[in-house]
Amino acid sequence: MDEKVTGLKKNNEAPKSFGWFTRMFLTLYEVYLFILRFFKEGFLPPYEGKELIKQCYNIGLKTLPLISVTGFITGVVFTKQSRPSLAEFGATSWLPSLVGIALLRTLAPLLTALISAGKVGSSIGAELGSMRVTEQIDALEVSATNPFKFLVTTRVLATTISMPILTFYTAFIGLLGSLLNVTISENTSYKLFFESALEQITFLDITASTIKAILFGFTISMVGCYQGYNSLKGTEGVGKAANSAVVIGMFLVFIEEVITVQFFGIFRT
Amino acid sequence: MKVKSATAKDVPSVIEIKDLKISFGNFEVLKGANLSLFKGENLVVLGKSGTGKSVLIKIIVGLLKADSGLVKVLESDVESLIYKDLLKLRLRIGFSFQNSALYDSMTIRENLEFPLVRNRRELKKQEINAAVEEVLEAVGLSQTINQMPSELSGGQRKRIGIARTLILKPEIMLYDEPTAGLDPITCFEINNLINQVQEQYKTSSIIITHDLTCAKEVGNRVAMLLDGKFEHQGTFDEIFSSTDALIKPFYDYNFIQ
Repeated sequence: MDEKVTGLKKNNEAPKSFGWFTRMFLTLYEVYLFILRFFKEGFLPPYEGKELIKQCYNIGLKTLPLISVTGFITGVVFTKQSRPSLAEFGATSWLPSLVGIALLRTLAPLLTALISAGKVGSSIGAELGSMRVTEQIDALEVSATNPFKFLVTTRVLATTISMPILTFYTAFIGLLGSLLNVTISENTSYKLFFESALEQITFLDITASTIKAILFGFTISMVGCYQGYNSLKGTEGVGKAANSAVVIGMFLVFIEEVITVQFFGIFRT
Repeated sequence: MKVKSATAKDVPSVIEIKDLKISFGNFEVLKGANLSLFKGENLVVLGKSGTGKSVLIKIIVGLLKADSGLVKVLESDVESLIYKDLLKLRLRIGFSFQNSALYDSMTIRENLEFPLVRNRRELKKQEINAAVEEVLEAVGLSQTINQMPSELSGGQRKRIGIARTLILKPEIMLYDEPTAGLDPITCFEINNLINQVQEQYKTSSIIITHDLTCAKEVGNRVAMLLDGKFEHQGTFDEIFSSTDALIKPFYDYNFIQ
């Protein structure tokens, strides 16, 4: 019976006798198979619609309060810190545009991704890890449920779908924070503020942010699921899964940020 | 009450294991194990910790892959089944986990409904409710229906775990250490429950344990797993009347009334 068919392995780790280089490549190969399995099983029936909606609620809606607070504070602080530099050149009227572009292009996607890596990534890693340790994943298997489809594909899809929505929500809340700072400092109407903020935003900015958010959401949830699903036995394994989900997730988000900025930069010139 | 023992002469086997081998790294766990489970019997697998008892039933249900050997369950060769067929076969097998493996995020009702909702999509809500109530009554825990697994005691969790497997009316039951970590009274209740399941649901069962009281109470037949093989099989009294140096200490270090 093929291990890929059952999704279960005899040993979770590459033998310790292998060198670190070989083990790293074996792990990368496993990650590749894991991602491949997601695409294979995620889009084939039967679909886990009910579980997907539940996960969208858990991942998307429950992250809103945290995102709202951090997005708002970022908007306020960014505006406050940028004002003196623009004031030197008498260009404070550009402040809404600057904030709008900064939020939409980088701050909102990155902030949402980092918050999600901390909240969603760690919770997925810990939840699946503890399910692995307490044999709940095996229990799903023996009750004729495909645990990969039920647990992994739903969480990855839910995070990938939720992330763009959360990103644009963060950008909007950030702009509200910025508006608060602007209206305290000078007499500007909210209409004028939003017109100025959105004036410089192009279709490319929106497309780039959406693609980045989808990529970040996929990465964070995939890392969380991989770490949790392949968690080692014992409480230490659960801790490691949750920790790795956050650390690796955040690291990959920054790498992807650099790559996407370079990529979309080609279209801006 | 224990059901009368089945023998190879009068009943067919539902599980057939031949020359089963599995190793983890350099550690060879099963070294050519042979075993049969006959229809309607309770077969107790005894052995020291780490001898591969749990590994054996995980191979039977397709959770682990053996290195070599034949595992035939209800006429199907587990090793050669495709995933879809393996899932179908699993519907006919109940697996009671050592730590119950109840889904933490679900209530007892949801835990019990889960296998039905997933696998018997044609059932109406009333039929599902009736099935849940029936199995809860069978394990004597009707009052826990709206509780969370974390609110239950170890013994209650074990019973709910058994109820969850019974809801699909399996032909084979696999119990992994059903009495481990429980007090003597709860062990007694679990032993009675295993016998009741055999009688009421007409199941054939493998019970993995190193609890000799459990083995004596529930087993029609006992198989001793020693050094990766089943060298001794028979009734409890036959096995433990042996003077074999590997079996005798196992009996001597256990307290049996």
